[in-house]
Formats: sequence, structure tokens, C-alpha cells
Amino acid sequence: MSSAGEHHPALAHHFESLDNQKEAATLGMWAFLAQEVLFFGGLFLVYALYRNIYYPVFEASSHHLNWKLGAFNTAVLICSSLTMAMAVHAAALGHGRQAMGWLIATIVLGAAFLGVKVVEYHDKWTHGLVPGLHWGPPETVAEELHLSVADALHAQLYFSLYFAMTGLHALHMIIGMPILGWLAWHASRGRFGPEYHTPVEMTGLYWHFVDIIWIFLFPLLYLIGHH
Amino acid sequence: MASHVVPVRVYIGVFVALLALTFITVWAAGQDFGAFNTVVALAIAVTKATLVVLFFMHVKYGSSLTKLIVVGAVAWLALMLIGTTSDYWSRGWVARPDGGREQSGFHIEGQ
Repeated sequence: MSSAGEHHPALAHHFESLDNQKEAATLGMWAFLAQEVLFFGGLFLVYALYRNIYYPVFEASSHHLNWKLGAFNTAVLICSSLTMAMAVHAAALGHGRQAMGWLIATIVLGAAFLGVKVVEYHDKWTHGLVPGLHWGPPETVAEELHLSVADALHAQLYFSLYFAMTGLHALHMIIGMPILGWLAWHASRGRFGPEYHTPVEMTGLYWHFVDIIWIFLFPLLYLIGHH
Repeated sequence: MASHVVPVRVYIGVFVALLALTFITVWAAGQDFGAFNTVVALAIAVTKATLVVLFFMHVKYGSSLTKLIVVGAVAWLALMLIGTTSDYWSRGWVARPDGGREQSGFHIEGQ
């Protein structure tokens, strides 16, 4: 692509070519995501074990979540994955302004998701269902979840996992959004094109990964024993 | 590794499929498949994740090395899940040396 003497400005000197550089970035990003799979996988494992041991408690606790908000947020994230894919597409074609628009749309959808999450977390707080920080008296929790007082104690396991898993997921989005903003700024300045749009593509991989985590969290947390 | 530009209609198709599968997720949760409730929910989620990985994340058009890492990540996850759950599952199958028996950690949902 670039002949000797005139480098693409984005080409780092320790790489032979932009293709070579992109391949290294892709490999590194996927290695990071593989690690993320196991990182979240540990939480999913703990969830699977305790859900089986305390199934009735998990079912009753799950019913306290608003599945309609969960489904809405699932749709919001799927939309944001589409806008992210479109951003990569536009950047790859060198359409900087379009890429910027799609990236901003992705940020707005991410913010909408987090906004719904705030409403949901607030609801759990007002009902005293936040383990460690604001857990109601056993009788109140038992009444709230339609469980016996003894079982209601175990509901802390469900809500600990709920906050740990959705919280870690939300943290990933909070980290992703400023990166999207940084990309939007660079895209608007025409930094990306057919030869070089690696940062947009790598951030896309990250964003889609976060979407995948939610695809599993939604049925596992919101829809236990819904029949 | 030439940059592969995926046609927009592929993205739209995957997007529509993902939304449709979300509706199916909610619908399926309302049905009683007995012991298979979780299996059905996870099967739909795996299908959605596969669509995202193949098309949105370009793995279908990616290098063999990328595909290897994806398969590796899933394999290691399976190793962790299967290794630990099979331990819980099989507790109580065999008596301890002192003659006692662990309680089986698992039961089938819905019982």
C-alpha cells in the first residue's frame, strides 16, 4: 500500500505494513476478549451453582426484576450493536462524518441502557434489596419476595450476583463510551479510511462482546421460571 | 489480510434476526418445557451470540488465528463450567470413607 519512504501516519515503525499492524491488533484484541470470556465466565459459574442449590429462591427473586425493562434494554443494546457495526462500515469506507454519526448514536443508546439500569437499581434500593449496603429486615424481604424468612436470607445470593454481573457489565459500557467519543472526534477529522480504521474496528469488537454478555444475562437473571 | 467490507444488508439481516430472537426468548420463557426451560433459553442465547460473533465481529471473514482464539475461549469456558458442575452433580454418588454421604448439589429445576 504505502511505498518506501512515505509511511501512512498511523503505521508504527515496528510493523512492516498496515496489514501486519492490523493483524497484530486483531490478535491482541481477541486474546483480551478470550480473557474477558473467562472473567465473566467465573460469575456465570457461581450463578449456575447457587441457582441450582437455591432454585426456588432464585426464581422468586428473579420475579422481582421488571422483565419488560430487561427486554427493552436488550433491544437497545442490539440497536447499539447495529450502529457500532455501521460505524465500522462507514469508517472502512472513509466516510468520516457518517462514522461520527453512527458512533454518537452508539453512545446515546449506551446512555439509554445505563439510564434504564439506574431506574432498576433505584427500585432495588428503595425495596431494601441491595446486599451489604441496603438489605431490609428479614420479614420485609420475605414479604417483598413472597418467600419464607429463612429462604429470604438466601435471596442475598441472587441479588449479590445480580449486582455483580450487571454492575460489571455496566462498568464495561461506562469504559466503552468515552472511547467511542474519542473515536467520533477522530472520525470527524477524517482520520479513518480503507487503509486504516483499526481503532474503530477493535472498539467495535469490545462493544459487541459487551452486547453478548447481556444476551446471556437477560434470560438468566430476568426470566427464571416465568411460565 | 485485505480489509473486508461487509454489505450493509448483512448487518440489517443480523439485526432483525437478533430482535426476533429476543422476542422468542421472552415467548419461550413463558412456556413450560420442564427440565429443558434453561436449555431452551441458553440455546437461543448461544444462537444470538453466534450471529454477533460471526457477522458483527467479522469472525466469519477473519483469519484462522482469530477463529482459533474464539474456539479456544469457548473451550476453556466449557472446561471450567463442566469441570466444576460435574463435581457438584456427582456428589453423593459415592459414599465417603467414613460411610457418610454428601448431599447432591444439584436438582432438576421445577421439582
